Amino acid sequence: MTVDSAYKALVDDARRRQEQFEQSPLPKIHIGMATCGIASGALETQAAFEAALKERGVQAHVHTVGCLGHCYAEPVVVIDHPDSGFPPILYPEVTPGKARMLVKLFLEEGDPRFEHIMGATVENEMIPSVTEFSRFNREKRVIMERCGRIDPEQIHEYIADGGYRALAMALGQDPEALIDQLDAAGLRGRGGAGFPTAVKWRTARAAAGSDKLIVCNADEGDPGAYMDRTLLESNPHQVIEGMLIAGVAVGATKGLFYVRAEYPLAVRILKTAVAQAREKGVLGSDILGSGFSFDIDLFQGSGAFVCGEETALIRSVEGYRGMPRHRPPYPVERGLDGRPTVINNVKTLATVPPIVEKGAEWFRSIGTPESPGTAVFSVVGNVTHPGLVEIPMGVTLRELIFDVCGGIPNKKQFKAVQIGGPSGGCLSADFLDTPVDFDALIRAGAMMGSGGMVVMDEDACMVDVARYFLDFTEKESCGKCTFCRIGTRHLLDILRRITRGEGREGDIEQLETLSRSVKQGSLCGLGKTAPNPVLTSLAYFRDEYVAHIEEGRCPGRSCRTLTAYYIDLDKCARGCDACVGCCPVEAVFTTSNRKKGIDQQLCVKCGECMVACPPDYDAVVKISPAHLAPVIERPPEKSD
Amino acid sequence: MMVHAFTDEDRANLETLKTRIRTSPGGRGQLIPLLQTAQHTLGYLPEEALALVADHLGVTRSEVYGVASFYNQFRFTPPGRNPVKVCMGTACHVRGGEIILENFERKLEIKEGETTADREFSIERVACVGCCALAPVALVGETLHGHMAPSKVEGLVLRVRVEKEKAEREAAKQ
Repeated sequence: MTVDSAYKALVDDARRRQEQFEQSPLPKIHIGMATCGIASGALETQAAFEAALKERGVQAHVHTVGCLGHCYAEPVVVIDHPDSGFPPILYPEVTPGKARMLVKLFLEEGDPRFEHIMGATVENEMIPSVTEFSRFNREKRVIMERCGRIDPEQIHEYIADGGYRALAMALGQDPEALIDQLDAAGLRGRGGAGFPTAVKWRTARAAAGSDKLIVCNADEGDPGAYMDRTLLESNPHQVIEGMLIAGVAVGATKGLFYVRAEYPLAVRILKTAVAQAREKGVLGSDILGSGFSFDIDLFQGSGAFVCGEETALIRSVEGYRGMPRHRPPYPVERGLDGRPTVINNVKTLATVPPIVEKGAEWFRSIGTPESPGTAVFSVVGNVTHPGLVEIPMGVTLRELIFDVCGGIPNKKQFKAVQIGGPSGGCLSADFLDTPVDFDALIRAGAMMGSGGMVVMDEDACMVDVARYFLDFTEKESCGKCTFCRIGTRHLLDILRRITRGEGREGDIEQLETLSRSVKQGSLCGLGKTAPNPVLTSLAYFRDEYVAHIEEGRCPGRSCRTLTAYYIDLDKCARGCDACVGCCPVEAVFTTSNRKKGIDQQLCVKCGECMVACPPDYDAVVKISPAHLAPVIERPPEKSD
Repeated sequence: MMVHAFTDEDRANLETLKTRIRTSPGGRGQLIPLLQTAQHTLGYLPEEALALVADHLGVTRSEVYGVASFYNQFRFTPPGRNPVKVCMGTACHVRGGEIILENFERKLEIKEGETTADREFSIERVACVGCCALAPVALVGETLHGHMAPSKVEGLVLRVRVEKEKAEREAAKQ
């Protein structure tokens, strides 16, 4: 049997199963069930749907799918009810109560409850479609195309949707031609540095040794980035397929997934996916009758940020502390246990099947000439619509933050965007027109990194953000290079002092020299990039450092030692106790004329009283520097 | 740091671990998977568990401790029955995750990484939980609590304690 006929048999079987499901006249309820959905209560929503269906005797399919990327709207549910005459409808924030209501009113009585709808998932003449929102129509999905549409734990859904076709095509091709195709497509590694994938594969192909290895790096350690996890949880087969194609191209027979142990759901789904792929004959020996054999193992990483670096990753699989070593030899020549090892990021591998299937030219038509394709970002922080976004490279930061993600909420001003996590930098409003691609971001002082993006409004303190990232890199430094181990510690000490109001003259200069030394004196990417948050915030927000050091003032009013809360007695309403009840440390007291005051000695500056104070009064004021807060005397305790 | 005495449950788990390790393959590459098995069985890595792994693989105990202490996943104190995990991802930090952590620390009178003497609570900081839209976020046991506020901390701790007392009263009645 040839590869083509084996693949055809596989697809026909999958389509048959899928058509049975799709043509069923019963309503279908698709629930997004990745970690983010579950965290927002998708399991309870699913249970509520199932209970309500049973209770009311309504027949429907409950179909669990991956993540659509719309974190702000979780749990997201799509209901396809053909009998009602409505197109499939997307509902945001479906609580168990809403689930029960939809079963009764929509599934039973045919009323879709317009007030709860976000939109229809397809264009139609009855109700607005979600594609009219910029959050949907500005995206271009290559990597996440199937996320949220298919059940990640059912391989036939992926195959019926055209999955593993690229593998069948690759098996019939000359491996050299495969690599040439990637080269022509200009695919660059999505792990952060943007190294050309074809170069890596070609070197590995040329390397001596027959027991070559493909490693998928899913050790996503950046605090605030979760694209890789979502991808593995929503569409694991696309990554497996990419890994198999890498195997064909390089001549490897083994694959290894390095996944963080903190991602239990991703681990479980991957295990299922690998088992199902073996069962279908797209993994294991003699894949699709081609004579090519490839198998995949799973290694659970134990959580060390530095293990994202390839030589450190290898050390940790070998059972040692994950410490990087000198390169060369590069892992593609001598990697795990001395075998030639290709290490690719999850998103890089997931991009491979679409390129093989649709060709280099198609891929080049997306993005910019230097950085073709798309970028996946997890946009979080002070934006209206946080979540996972896949956009073509070259879209500007302004479009991404303001058009796609809805801009800054609460009528606040944009202050900065932090790109690339602990290795990246903070960019100010002047850089909003920077296009998102590998080179433009590096020129601006940030980097693509793994794709974490944190948007900050006017209340953020840039010194504190730099301190936060240094706190992280200082803990995660493996300790091998002196400059990284001790240098980050010193940087952190200085930043801590500044945020506490104990900054000294000369601190800024010392931060700059130290940052440069750490960059030069470190072996791996962690140390080389660790000072980036400091350097970029110094370059674009120097006045904030100066305000902290010279005036003891935090412009964002966020550093707690430098701010104080007080109650404006002109606004405070007599007899209202809202702030007293919410204070966790009993710092709020009643003055002699039954208004309120805050004991600055006891106050921990959590801001609860500010939230609790009714908007009509709005009497709690936050001020920096702290000594500007008016002193209100606590009346002596009554002795009765 | 507080030293926690072995409970009967710990001792039983250690026996289970012994059998599991005995039937595992050897080789240095098994070190991290074995440590994961040990932590999965016991909930943490006491000295005894590290010794079992070291002897099985023929590496020194100091070497095993050296590797285990390098990685964030491994812990050397028993987790509480209600582990509190406060998200310290970037989005949670921007929205005041640290204030939430401090409130738990103050309320439970332990520091991050420690367990209360009655083993009821433990506090950990975790990297992004992945629901940044709900920031700041904390997990108590398996339940996620979004949009955390200092005043919510007190309520959460109180609820666990009240429920426990209620369960004890019920048990005493029977």
